[in-house]
Amino acid sequence: MNDMSPDGYTTPDGRQIGGVMMEVKNITLRFGGVVAIKDISFDIREGEIRAIIGPNGAGKSSMLNVINGFYHPQEGEVWFNGAKRKAMKPHAIAKQGIARTFQNIALFKGMSTLDNIMTGRFTKMNAGFWSQCLWKGKAEQEEIENREYVEKIIDFLEIQAIRKTPVGRLPYGLQKRVELGRALAAEPKLLLLDEPMAGMNVEEKEDMSRFILDVNDEFGTTIALIEHDMGVVMDISDRVVVMDYGRKIGDGTPDVVRADPAVIDAYLGVAHD
Amino acid sequence: MSADFLNLLEVAINGLMAGVLYSLVALGFVLIFKASGVFNYAQGVMALFAAQTLVGIQTGQVPFAHLINAIFGTEVHYFGWNVPALLAILFTVLVMILFAWIVVKVILVRLVGQEPIILFMATIGLAYFMEGFGDMMWNSEVKRLDVGIPSGGSFWIEDVTVQWAAEGERYFGMYVDVLDIWATVIAVALVASLAAFAQYTKPGRAMRAVADDPTAALSVGISLNKIWIMVWSLAGFVAIVAGIMWGAKSGVQFSLSLIALKALPVLMLGGFTSISGAIVGGLIIGVGEKLFEYLIGVPFLGGATENWFAYVLALIFLVFRPQGLFGEKIIERV
Repeated sequence: MNDMSPDGYTTPDGRQIGGVMMEVKNITLRFGGVVAIKDISFDIREGEIRAIIGPNGAGKSSMLNVINGFYHPQEGEVWFNGAKRKAMKPHAIAKQGIARTFQNIALFKGMSTLDNIMTGRFTKMNAGFWSQCLWKGKAEQEEIENREYVEKIIDFLEIQAIRKTPVGRLPYGLQKRVELGRALAAEPKLLLLDEPMAGMNVEEKEDMSRFILDVNDEFGTTIALIEHDMGVVMDISDRVVVMDYGRKIGDGTPDVVRADPAVIDAYLGVAHD
Repeated sequence: MSADFLNLLEVAINGLMAGVLYSLVALGFVLIFKASGVFNYAQGVMALFAAQTLVGIQTGQVPFAHLINAIFGTEVHYFGWNVPALLAILFTVLVMILFAWIVVKVILVRLVGQEPIILFMATIGLAYFMEGFGDMMWNSEVKRLDVGIPSGGSFWIEDVTVQWAAEGERYFGMYVDVLDIWATVIAVALVASLAAFAQYTKPGRAMRAVADDPTAALSVGISLNKIWIMVWSLAGFVAIVAGIMWGAKSGVQFSLSLIALKALPVLMLGGFTSISGAIVGGLIIGVGEKLFEYLIGVPFLGGATENWFAYVLALIFLVFRPQGLFGEKIIERV
């Protein structure tokens, strides 16, 4: 897969994948003496569903945190939309069009589903502070427009019934869905999902897989996701990066990765001779 | 109505109005606690500083006059002008916003992710620094604060209530300070607009988001620094209102900063995270301490129960309902 054309490729199911949107080059991240990520490079292409897999503690979440700016790597470069990115605060990176969800749901628990998703529109609302306070002019119009978009997402995710419910009261699976909604509300160019199916039962996993594929299909959103469930990953992703002990040990289409001896080793612990 | 009942009613009404002022101070605490998890010990001193600044600007005091005179051997104290009350309030608001900005940029930013106790200690330091700074800037004399809010007993209320008493009883009408009525009206308006701001506007939503989960707030593009500056400015604004009310009532002096301590039991009652809790808690304590003093304190306990009533009530609440009346119950899984 390394000799892919720079303009993109066509997936087996006939979707057209574009050029490189995000590229990490030789990223190394240390916490004191502990090396979380060691010299990792890979790219994410426009329109792609890109998975990062690996055993616990492989550095997957750290990688996502580097991409969205929670962590700043000691070495390496992050390229986004064809330009090298400077060290930025996470909220500035969010403004560039990178949204995410978290492994341990990070919702605003006291707020309703609607308000949570509305918060996702934060970067889309630019009316001045005083206009906001008086709720007049641009601010009022903005509230209405953004509210409409949020309703669209609520319909899309089929969560109309819980619009006004404080999310702290929702069951786990629905919370995960609301969190996806909040990330989607930002109309991100790149959507990062940290274990979107962790702790779900089979049915919920199927629902979530469907939503991820639909988001990619209908909104054209590029998605990078971390997942433990190998079956799900292989089903929905176009290309997979495999990490182990902070290193990259495999990269390619699901079929390629599945057959890779190094990957089999990491997952099954079998020694080859 | 009997005179006894009318007296009781008068005590309750005055308690209610005192309670409004407690609520105002408690509100400042809740705002900051909700948005940055900091228990801001300096809230009371902020009210004092705001009142000092307001009087200083209004009467045309030269800031740091003592310091300037000591260094240059001059004798300047006043510019010799008077600034209209509204303009002076506006300037005070600007000063408090500047103060918020400095607190966030110089202190909070460096303490991100620290234990709450560390942040709390930082605000204690801030409180004492501000107290000294305020005295240095505006001197420590007791000052009169007058922004044109009417004060004194209302004759109208007296005239009306005197007729309520039953025939032949010795009753001279109810004493209610007009200033207290104004304070109540202003506090209600302030609280209503703050609640609407938090509920329906984008910055308000961002504020609630930061309070709820700072990490998630960052990930949707909210800048923590901006929100913190906004919240500290709001708390500064609440401090100005509280400072004006208390200052007009009892003069601008050091004891004004101690009303912050009265806000503590209010918070225990109302819960640290609830705006409506701060209001109700303040009212309960205001009415409670006045009624207790009137019904039990003076006849049976020799009076002066107002000093400790609020704290004992808070203690009882801590034992039976630690999260307060409206606070979120914290359940930790084992």
